[in-house]
Amino acid sequence: MQTHNNVGFLRILGTLVVAMCLRIVPWQGEWAMLNPDWVLLVLIYWSLALPERVGIFHAWGFGLLTDVLTGRLLGQYALAYALVIYLCLKLHKRLRQFPLPQQGLFIFFCLLLSQLLLFFIKNLQHPAQLHATFWLSVFTGTACWPLVYGLLRFVRLSRRL
Amino acid sequence: MATEHRSPRLAPLRSGLSFLVDPIKYLTDLPTVLFDQTFAALSSYRTLKTDNQNLREQQLINQTRLLKFAALEQENIRLRALLENSFKLGEQVLIAELLSMTMAPYEHIVVVNKGTRFGVHQQQPVLDANGVVGQVFRALPLTSEIMLITDPNHALPVQVNRNGLLTIAVGSGQVNKLVLPFLPSNADIKAGDLLITSGLGGTFPKGYPVAVVDEFTTQPNKAFVTITATPKAQLDRNRELMIVWSNSEPVPLTGHPTTPAQGASHANPQ
Repeated sequence: MQTHNNVGFLRILGTLVVAMCLRIVPWQGEWAMLNPDWVLLVLIYWSLALPERVGIFHAWGFGLLTDVLTGRLLGQYALAYALVIYLCLKLHKRLRQFPLPQQGLFIFFCLLLSQLLLFFIKNLQHPAQLHATFWLSVFTGTACWPLVYGLLRFVRLSRRL
Repeated sequence: MATEHRSPRLAPLRSGLSFLVDPIKYLTDLPTVLFDQTFAALSSYRTLKTDNQNLREQQLINQTRLLKFAALEQENIRLRALLENSFKLGEQVLIAELLSMTMAPYEHIVVVNKGTRFGVHQQQPVLDANGVVGQVFRALPLTSEIMLITDPNHALPVQVNRNGLLTIAVGSGQVNKLVLPFLPSNADIKAGDLLITSGLGGTFPKGYPVAVVDEFTTQPNKAFVTITATPKAQLDRNRELMIVWSNSEPVPLTGHPTTPAQGASHANPQ
């Protein structure tokens, strides 16, 4: 995988807006627990593919927007996203060489880390009685990674076609 | 984060950022709106006709009820004047439409399309045609977030309509269930009792229907009974909600009240 500097900022922004729409798309009842963290997945992809374009600051900014979007405490998604994207940026050279299953494992731990942080912050506010299904979105997120990877790769390369 | 948690100092920042984010909410809602509109456009003449007929009949029934209501209200005011007791009267409502989206799956918070630009503010009660829905949890400029009465973090002071027994209805996290904790096993409450808002706590005006008590069995070895109730409002079905302003002008007590009854006026508060 090689980086292309000509991918427009608008294109990245577009995918993130779509991800935010997916984040709040209405699901029927309990199934909403399965909705993965699309914004984080998309941010991870762009930070791996174009680390010079999408950095920690972007992650923090979009985390803040996600906080407002989902009505959370301001800054909890910002913190989680910034931390995960920092890891991705540190390891992006190695991660690009990995085959997809191995990448998937890394994504799994990224999503788990973000969810853990959110869990801790939620517990700090008031001891919450969260259902075990809170963690399900980590698994569905990992399952969706190949899809996100394929689609965003298509978006990234389509300009060169 | 600590600042946000402890104080309202960051509220302007949130409303500023919400200008960036609220279009996304409307965008997510768009498919539902389009579907509804196409459905309405394609629904047949016959359906529309029967709908119209039903609504007309409903309107007639409601109007006859209201005729009596005005007289009763005047009488109530006079009686209260005799008791030298002032009370709040007159409420205005604003109709807001639900945006179909899920904020966080483990919370019962919905978003409507009216915000502080329409004068909505925090802690306003929200109703639908059948009963209490919830209260405004956070008002942003273009949208506002409403916590439903079934949210696990929500509690609402209610009383039994039959005998005025005061209690609290706590959300259960399930969309069709409220829990009434701390009722002793000899409390005078039966299945089928209507619970109405008691007006204590000041957020909700007195007398709106909330829920109907479910069947329950008393266990003699426990101090409290676990009683559940089904909300009257159709929390998972309605798209139109009413945000209520309680008019704080007390009715004059002496003699004949000069102002006509202003209750349930469907006026925009602005």
